[in-house]
Amino acid sequence: MFAGWLLYLAFAIFILGLLARILRYARTPAPLKIPLMPAPRTTGGVVLRLLQEVLLFRSLFRASRWTWVFGWLFHAGLLIVALSHLQYFTDPIWGWVAMIVPFSHMAAYAMVVGLTGLLCRRIMVVRIRYISAPSDYLMLVLFLVLAGSGLLMHHVFYPDILGLRHFTLGLVSGNLSALPAQWLLWVHIGLFALLLLIFPFSKLLHAPGVFFNPVFTQRDNARGKHHVNPWSENTEPDDKR
Amino acid sequence: MTEKIDFDVPEIPARIEDPGVQPHASSHLKPYRAQHQHQEALGFPGELVDGWQEKAIDKLGELTGKYRSLQVFMDSCMKCGACTDKCHYYLGTGDPNNMPVARQDLLRNVYRRYYTLPGKLFPKLVGAVDLTEDVLDQWYTYFHQCSQCRRCSVFCPVGIDTSEVSMAAREILDTVGTGQKYVNEVIGKVHRLGNNLGLPEPALADTLEGLEEDIEEEIGVPVRLPLDQAGADILLVTPSADFFAEPHVDGLIGYAKVFHQAGLSWTLSSHASEAANFGLFIGSYDNMQQVAKRIRQAALDLGVKRIVFGECGHAWRVAYNFLSTLTGPLEFLDTAFPSPQHVVEVTHNLLQSGRLQVDPSANDDKRVTYHDSCNVARGSGMGDIPGGQMLLPRQVINAVCNNFFEMPANTTGDATFCCGGGGGLLTDELIELRVKGALPRMQALQTVDKAHDITHMVAICAICKSQFAKVLPYYGFQMDQILSLHQLVGDALVWKVNEV
Ligand code: SF4
Ligand code: SF4
Repeated sequence: MFAGWLLYLAFAIFILGLLARILRYARTPAPLKIPLMPAPRTTGGVVLRLLQEVLLFRSLFRASRWTWVFGWLFHAGLLIVALSHLQYFTDPIWGWVAMIVPFSHMAAYAMVVGLTGLLCRRIMVVRIRYISAPSDYLMLVLFLVLAGSGLLMHHVFYPDILGLRHFTLGLVSGNLSALPAQWLLWVHIGLFALLLLIFPFSKLLHAPGVFFNPVFTQRDNARGKHHVNPWSENTEPDDKR
Repeated sequence: MTEKIDFDVPEIPARIEDPGVQPHASSHLKPYRAQHQHQEALGFPGELVDGWQEKAIDKLGELTGKYRSLQVFMDSCMKCGACTDKCHYYLGTGDPNNMPVARQDLLRNVYRRYYTLPGKLFPKLVGAVDLTEDVLDQWYTYFHQCSQCRRCSVFCPVGIDTSEVSMAAREILDTVGTGQKYVNEVIGKVHRLGNNLGLPEPALADTLEGLEEDIEEEIGVPVRLPLDQAGADILLVTPSADFFAEPHVDGLIGYAKVFHQAGLSWTLSSHASEAANFGLFIGSYDNMQQVAKRIRQAALDLGVKRIVFGECGHAWRVAYNFLSTLTGPLEFLDTAFPSPQHVVEVTHNLLQSGRLQVDPSANDDKRVTYHDSCNVARGSGMGDIPGGQMLLPRQVINAVCNNFFEMPANTTGDATFCCGGGGGLLTDELIELRVKGALPRMQALQTVDKAHDITHMVAICAICKSQFAKVLPYYGFQMDQILSLHQLVGDALVWKVNEV
């Protein structure tokens, strides 16, 4: 029961916290046109720009090949792993989820490789070490332990899968049951709850943030379209001398 | 060189590379503080105010509520380090606080301390810090070691633009009374006299007359430089350095020749005798707006149909992206040219439509390369296609000069390196920073010079030109190797006798 309530709480804070943040981004004005040039001139172009950044990490590719390799492996792995976890929350398991589940442990390995690479860079590259706070290392460690514990359960310490599914499906339907008593599973779930809790208050906000950054989202259309600064409107052309 | 140098000019390395982290390497480089009169002329307190800490923190909160960019930037940096070796000031000084992310962190760590839960609860864990006098001093130092060139932004996976952070930090500094002398004094002059140099109308008229005589002597054509001519079609707004500084003035002569040959009716304005808008550099919307409004007013007063901007980087960014937001729509302009144009666009059009007679061999004594100015490359556009701001100047150069060579690709276009003097740092007391910040550009220049025996570097920004004229000699080049693009154009124009 405890695990169930913990997850509910963590999830609630995650959703509400994230929503609050996103609302704040959406409501904060962008007074001036500051797209990073050359910028797309159409909305479609902006979507393409964002997709290139979010799916391919285009700017990072230009900046640092190693960070790009490790960062991309980590994020791509994370995406597949996260989606394949839907197997515990759907009954019957959705078809496309069932299709990616067989790749999920590969994806977890990709995460581990990526995270290890990022951690090594953080420790070994003096410039990056200089800008790192304890939380920056811990964040990588958190994901590493999550991926590692998942892999261990996949290969070595099998949890009670039926019990686990009972628990997770119970979370969805509101019939809380006990999480199977297996220490690794508890570590895994506990850290996941922690991740949800810190998400809206940490640098993980880069995930929603990138979609609200005027540098990427604005179009190069200042010439054709009058852009209004809501906190300093110039509706009335002033004084003729 | 006549000046005494009390610092080591860096050796130009074989390639642009991380110089290695050297803490405090440039912590001694600060611009002079603004005095009472400089501050107060802009509506800022004259000295560090009582309760500055609280005021600064409040201002920070106010700004994250007014600028979505700043709010997103404060939250979104994942400390990936991609930007760490992209700033020319880091590459030139090795001071880790000149790594863009570290520069942002000077502000972000304070933001985290006062505006985020983890920073309030566990400051050490997340690197949050109290706003102390020491921190304020670091802000003053390192936010004045950012030329707001946006190069870091190009390489940041989430597009964090350190220039926005620098502007916010400078606005906070101004708000608590610790502004920078050079920029604030200049803005004061613009408010008072209409230009950065404090050049009054009669002096300007004199200068222009002198230039007209020079041109006529040189080419035998009575090219005019009209001032305050009501009813002209075009208002030319150009950086005041164009009126007398080298090599700027040759650019101004170039515009005048182009307008003359194309038969365009144009005028300068003594009310808006300055394209530059240093309000941008200090992040002060009010000051930027006030400076911008002069231009709209001048255009209205003179009854012009078009506004054209001369060769100035940040002025063009303001003109291209901000002007109508700042001043209200320019609905009185000719519908064919409803927004300000760059003089390069004008010349480019004229060349394409065959309205200029040019002979590129007039520039055969020159072998040139082109420096993309940050605010043009990353802050604005030209022409009808994205990237036109890179393309058009090059096409113009190619049309008027037979020997054009590019610097390495990772130092041009949207990856261009700043001249080292932008963003309000073009002041003598920062010469060490300016020289060191120019290192990546000098490296690129040396590379193209070795391969192609370059005689000149062409630019379309007044700050770049002044900066290069000053720092080129430190690296073994000549100060007159920097040219205005429109000098090349002007020199290539062919004058027929009957045009006189
Ligand atoms: S904007 Fe330019 S000067 Fe400022 S931190 Fe970024 S790269 Fe450096
Ligand atoms: S590249 Fe962007 S996200 Fe990465 S450290 Fe620099 S500012 Fe932060």
